[in-house]
This record gives sequence, structure tokens and C-alpha cells, in this order.
Amino acid sequence: MCTLEKRGNLFILTLTGEDQHRFNPDLISSLLDLLSQVKAQATCGSVLITQAQGKFFSYGFDLDWAQAAGSERGAAKRLQHMADLFKPVIATLLSLPMPTIAAITGHAVAAGFTLALSHDYLIMRKDRGILWMPEVDIAVTLPDYINALFKEKIGDASVRRDLFLRGLKMKGDEAEKRGVVKAAYDGEAEVREASVCLAENLGKRKWHGEVYAEIRKGLYPQLSAILGLSHKVYAIARL
Amino acid sequence: MCSLEKRGNLFILILTGQNGEHRLNPNLFSSIISAISRAKAESTRGSALVTVSHGKFFCNGFDLDWVNAAGSDEETQKRFNLLLDYLKQLVLAFISLPMPTIAAVSGHATAGGVVVALCHDYVLMRRHRSVLYMIDLDLGIKIPEPFMALFRAKISGSARRDLLLRGLKIKGEEALKMGIVEAVYDGEEEVTNAGIKMADDLAKRTWHGDFYAEIRRGLYSELCDILGIASTPIATPKL
Repeated sequence: MCTLEKRGNLFILTLTGEDQHRFNPDLISSLLDLLSQVKAQATCGSVLITQAQGKFFSYGFDLDWAQAAGSERGAAKRLQHMADLFKPVIATLLSLPMPTIAAITGHAVAAGFTLALSHDYLIMRKDRGILWMPEVDIAVTLPDYINALFKEKIGDASVRRDLFLRGLKMKGDEAEKRGVVKAAYDGEAEVREASVCLAENLGKRKWHGEVYAEIRKGLYPQLSAILGLSHKVYAIARL
Repeated sequence: MCSLEKRGNLFILILTGQNGEHRLNPNLFSSIISAISRAKAESTRGSALVTVSHGKFFCNGFDLDWVNAAGSDEETQKRFNLLLDYLKQLVLAFISLPMPTIAAVSGHATAGGVVVALCHDYVLMRRHRSVLYMIDLDLGIKIPEPFMALFRAKISGSARRDLLLRGLKIKGEEALKMGIVEAVYDGEEEVTNAGIKMADDLAKRTWHGDFYAEIRRGLYSELCDILGIASTPIATPKL
């Protein structure tokens, strides 16, 4: 389902397997667990890369599991349950004491796109894979923390409108042009290489992780508030 | 005043009256708000609305002749405040309409007229013979909070500053570059037809209006909070 690897200063979180990496309660729980481990082992100069195997980064919540509830109300409840379980994953990423990179080599859809967007940097494939919020098409509403994430991470109002109200399937080159991702590359290997390169450059700066996290929270105050992340006043004798 | 035409799944709101300037006074406001109510009442899956106008103006803002004909300073202020209230109601009506909305701006839009255009999910504009002009600064009129929230919701970055703080008469191409409008066309007929075609294309997505409006509410949460548009928790998604 997902694995954690340590390579020098780099933490590499991988969604494994050739499937859609749908977030069901088990996978969400594993993700949270691994991210907690990352947090516990963080040092100056640590960086996280989140990546996935196969054609999908993640296709979002496990709708099959939701529908297996047997009724419309049951499905809605299960969806709500997954949205509630997923919130701490986003909170952990937002408060992770190190720079974070999402290496998107496949489709990132709904909660999958949300996971990617919760990272400081997004690197994507140009030739394959889309970013997509299909909620308008499947008639599902978005939890407040996802609305806040997109609002504070994506500055361009037209982009947010296109993603949410038009259900736009955004490819790599458009995502790069419109500022949704940092860069887009042709090919899976290129994306992974660029992510590692960026991670190494960021790691070299040996930033103080707690300070990094606090500054990050300050960039996204509404989201941080919704996620229940408090602001710490931090003073260190490093000047 | 205005008329509402139904063409299949499309609602076409046509701004008329008041010497072709379509200036906003209590009559036109009531007319528009009532037309939106009708569209809301008759909406189904796959509805869409496009607002069009004919002639030199899309909407030339508040009917200041009517305001100034009040007879006393106090009455003048009262009339102006009444128009502000109406404008707020109009924004509320459009922002909570359970279907995609498009403004086909084929003539000039000034002050309140710009607000009317921006209430729509998408704005199309004429390349020439059409400007967006927030005249408020030049006239020494403050912009009340609900409308500031609309600008914050819909326009990003330096475009917002340029629209509000530079007294610019923004032509089609510039509006396109600033991200205020989606596309520009030559000629009134082209804009109108493009608006109808876009409405048609969006209607074909057969979105559920309630969900569409709720996603829009999440997208523009600050504006909706100010307007008092509450989140309507929708029980069951249509998975």
C-alpha cells in the first residue's frame, strides 16, 4: 500500500502497486502512520518526497468501499468518514518540519490531487497524467479543509474556478503554465530525477524544521486554523 | 427592464431599458432579481444561464439621475443606499443560483455593471467597443464590503489592484490578459452567440444544480459568509 524509505536526508514515501491507490480507511491510516514516523525522525536538512508507482498518483477516496455500504445514506456516511480520517494526513503534511515535494507521475484526482497539493512543491509529468477535481461531475461537495487548501495554495481565481466549477482535467503543461505545479517534465524518470534534485538543493540549506513548519503555517492561516494547527512563537539562538 | 427567455435547458436573461444604458434602479433590480428567482424555480439538471444585452452598454451602473432626483441630500443618500442593498441582493441571487452562469458583455460595463458581470461564473467580452470601468475611485465613491469580497473572490493579484485602484477603462484584450474574462470576440453578435454556446456546452455536463451551487459556495466561502449564504449540507452524493 505505502512504504517509507530513508536515503541520507531524504524521506521517500511511496504509494505502491499498479492500482489506483484509492484512499480507504486502511491506506489513510498507513499514510498517517508513516508521516508520523517521518516527523519523529526529522533533522535539519530533512526533505520528504511523496511518489507513487504505476499510472496513478491517487484517484482519491475509495468510492467502491463507500458504495459497499449498501445505501445512498450509507455511502454518504462512509465518504464523510474517509474525509474526516484524511484531514489529519493533510494537517501532518502542513505541519511537517521539513520541505515536502510531490512527485506526480500519474493521475492525481480528488483526494489524490489534494494530497499532492498539500506538499510545498509539485512536480508533474507533461506527457501523462492529469490533475482533476471531479466532484462537480459526480455531485459530491467538498469538505472545508479542501476548499481552504485550494484557496490558499492556488492564487489564481480563474484556475480555482476552472478546477472546481468546470471539473477541468489539467495536464502537466497547463498546470505548469498556470502555476499549479512548479515544473512539468516529459517522462516518469525525469520527474523522479527532478524531485530528488530539488530535494537535495533544499536539504543543503539545513533549515531548522520547526521554524520551516511555522513559516509554512503562516502562509496558510485559514487552512491552518481549520486543520487545528496552532501557531508557535519560536526563538532560536542561531543568528 | 429585463426579460428571461427559455431555450431548451438554457435561461437567457436579456438586459434592456433605460435609454439603452441598462442603468440599475429599483425597477431594473427587481426585474433582474425576479428573473433569477424564476430561473431558480424552473431549474433542472443541466440548466445554465447566460446574461446578454444589446447596444452600446452592458450595464452603465447605478441610475444616478434617479438618485439625484431625490430632492434633498438625505433622500439622495437614502436612494443610493437602497440601490446598494438591491445590488447586494442581486449578487446573492446570482451566487446562489443552482446552475452555471455566463455574462456575455458586448457593451460597456461601469461600476455596478462590472459587479453584475462578475457575479457570473464566466465572463465573455467584446474585444472592442466594450470596457470594464470601476468608476468609483474617479467619482469619489467607496466600495462597500460585500462587493470588495466579490472582487477578492473572482480576481487575483495585481489585476484586482489595477481594476479598483487605477481608474482604468479596461478593454477586452486587457481584461483577458488580466484573467477577468475567459475570452474576447469581435462584434456583439459573436459575444452573444459565444455566451449561448458556452452555456450550452456547460449544460451538457448535466450537473446537479444543488451540488454545483454548494461547490460554488465553498469556492467563494468568504463572499458567501458576508452575504449570509449558508452551506447546505447535502445528504447524499450521486456516486
